[in-house]
Amino acid sequence: MSEKIGVYVCHCGSNIAGTVDVVDVARWAAEKLGRRGVIIARDYKFMCSSLGQELIEKDIKELGLTRVVVAACSPHLHERTFRTACARAGLNPYLCELVSIREQVSWVHTDKAAATAKAKAVISGGVERIIHHAPLEPLRVPIHPDTLVVGGGVAGIQAALELADAGQHVYLVEREPSIGGHMAQFDKTFPTLDCSACILTPKMVDVGNHPHITLLTWSEVEHVDGYVGNFTVSVRKRARSVNTSLCTGCGICEQKCPKKVVDTVFEAGLGQRKAVYTPFAQAVPKYPVIDRENCTFFLKGTCKACEKFCPTGAIDFKQEDEMLTLQVGNIILTTGFDLFDAKRIPQYGYGRLPNVFTSLEFERLSNAAGPTNGQIVLRDKVTVPKSVGIIHCVGSRDRNYNNYCSAICCMQSLKFAHLVEERIGATVYNCYIDMRTPAKGYEEFYQRLLEEGTFFVRGKVAEVTDVARLPGEEGKLIMQVEDTLIGKQRRIPVDMVILSAGLEPRYDAKEVAHRFGLSCSADGWFIERHPKLDPVATMTEGIYIAGCAQGPKDIPASVVQGSAAAARVLGRILQKEIALEPVRATIDENKCSGCRICNDLCPFNAILFHEDRAVSEVNPALCQGCGTCIAACPANAISGTGFSDEQIMAQLEGLLLLNLERVPA
Amino acid sequence: MPDSQPFEPVIIGFTCNWCSYRAADLAGTARVKYPPNVRLIRLMCSGRLDPTFVLKALAGGADAVLITGCHPGECHYLEQNYKAMRRYLLLQRTLAQLGVEPQRVKLVWASAAEGVRLAAEITKLVEEIRALGPLNWPTGTGAAEAMFASPEQMVVQEVSA
Repeated sequence: MSEKIGVYVCHCGSNIAGTVDVVDVARWAAEKLGRRGVIIARDYKFMCSSLGQELIEKDIKELGLTRVVVAACSPHLHERTFRTACARAGLNPYLCELVSIREQVSWVHTDKAAATAKAKAVISGGVERIIHHAPLEPLRVPIHPDTLVVGGGVAGIQAALELADAGQHVYLVEREPSIGGHMAQFDKTFPTLDCSACILTPKMVDVGNHPHITLLTWSEVEHVDGYVGNFTVSVRKRARSVNTSLCTGCGICEQKCPKKVVDTVFEAGLGQRKAVYTPFAQAVPKYPVIDRENCTFFLKGTCKACEKFCPTGAIDFKQEDEMLTLQVGNIILTTGFDLFDAKRIPQYGYGRLPNVFTSLEFERLSNAAGPTNGQIVLRDKVTVPKSVGIIHCVGSRDRNYNNYCSAICCMQSLKFAHLVEERIGATVYNCYIDMRTPAKGYEEFYQRLLEEGTFFVRGKVAEVTDVARLPGEEGKLIMQVEDTLIGKQRRIPVDMVILSAGLEPRYDAKEVAHRFGLSCSADGWFIERHPKLDPVATMTEGIYIAGCAQGPKDIPASVVQGSAAAARVLGRILQKEIALEPVRATIDENKCSGCRICNDLCPFNAILFHEDRAVSEVNPALCQGCGTCIAACPANAISGTGFSDEQIMAQLEGLLLLNLERVPA
Repeated sequence: MPDSQPFEPVIIGFTCNWCSYRAADLAGTARVKYPPNVRLIRLMCSGRLDPTFVLKALAGGADAVLITGCHPGECHYLEQNYKAMRRYLLLQRTLAQLGVEPQRVKLVWASAAEGVRLAAEITKLVEEIRALGPLNWPTGTGAAEAMFASPEQMVVQEVSA
């Protein structure tokens, strides 16, 4: 055995040493694996500390180690740390292997003897595997300076503006006719009660006018190819049926259009729009779209009122969807959330009892630009309610629906209570489970509401009903709730009920995640690289997430993440190139029989077939290193760096401790 | 192994770098407990799993093999887990023909978020294999073991035509 291997067993304080006898493990490795090339085995309190790293560096220099195995935490945490340490000492970083004895041993097992035995086997596997490692060089690829931002809500707007203001080009793709997202629907924003439109629309206008932003609304990403630094993205720009180079945004077409449609998106079903429309007055871009599913001309072949009256001849019924191909280096996903469908909780009566509203409906009701011009009225659009009940945690913190807290509902409900009291002076009952007001200025807002005289009832509402049982309940909606602070059942009659519905992942979040190579959490939100320390990066290099796509959050947090994602992308762009893991498949032409079995297995079309020589070849720029072709090759002609047959077979032998009986080669 | 001690199987688990290995990490971070019988190997994808790895593991002393990958439709490499599934089904048939109980090889889908699920599946498999007993090559009547133990007693029986 010509290799000189160093084994380093980390205590991780008591995280590992509490369950695994690390001293014994190191002693065992030195003794039993000595014949396999282990010349030194040490245990140390924190291998990832600078002193721990120096230990490795010193041994590489003084003992001439040619391989390093670190038994510590998951390679997803500290692989880079130890590879870098090896590189500093002059050892190729890919000759270092990190085996997990924390996440996969000490944290999941309780029996100390069994855990210690497993740790030994795991290290033995790592030692056998690393003998077959080869020094590798990372693949260096240039970073395309342009960025794609998907989703034009406040997080996407923020990310796009940060990048564009720094002089980098951004493509902002939005599936609705205008950017703005959910924030554009709101009336006031908590806790300061600034008008949502007043603070958002200037940013929207900046996006629309920015020389470095290409805004693609009424568009969707259909396909993503490539890898960090070099993504090729296909975007379907749906036919607007309006020639934007002629349209002035005057709005005459919208006035003249005879077809009214219930607006389920922007007005949350409370208001109507026309078949040709801009969703709201401050829409960016200002150009309307024709909704072909509802347009009389597209349905029946006659009408064309919009075309007749358009002063610039901008209406174009023949326009077709356009497929655009964009080259970008990085992608930020800010695809937002869907509101929990309150109909799923039938006992709250939404959809059955007319005066039960969702939070988004109330936002539109209270918005001066909304369907009632800001009048807070019942579904009949006339009657002003004298009492209003607000139910928190609808669809959140509920095992029947979503376990998680939607983070915004407490503050949103407080805001609603304030608006109701301020605008119509009605009595407000807030039924909450726990009051959660953790950010700057939030608790103060709650205190203000307490002083304003809102009634707070601590309890989860069991039912909203219109069946009167007691005097004074006729014609009212009754909230049946256990007031847990006084320990009594209460029936609270009100005129209007607002359901503070929770946030859910977009209905197509899984599909989108798959398109961009991401994973979703069990709840369906996109998974970040690390929940605390890397919240906007993902496990897929070059793809970042921000805003509610990552999990429920309010506007300040969404803006923070938008900026953070932009900063991460800027950092990448400034590096100009990126080093990729050299995990790739290669084909030995001498062994390849030209059977072409591998050709069809590759999902990235990375395998070319040379007709003249009758052999296949892997294009390393396209290969993503999954290794399916390696496993399928009947001639064993394909090998994978980092995951070769030899490496895996050797690790297997090591894990099964077959190597201990082996005589050194 | 002395009879007084219960049989503790050795299980090799193959994990995908993008989903099940992370699920194993997550199980660790969340301190979800499972029996220490399983030893994991990280692959980049369940599609990398060469069936010979499984045979090698079983031949080398493992009592069972766990194959894990991303859920159908969620493969990090688009669709390679389907190839793993195809190989798994073939492998089970091959094992049955070799006289090995096919349930010694198990395929489990586990996303990066399913640490608890993975731990539960491992626990279940360990219990199943404990019940099944150790893997003895070649299995069956025990005649084969006896044959190898005392070759001098091997008798060639003549069969009339």
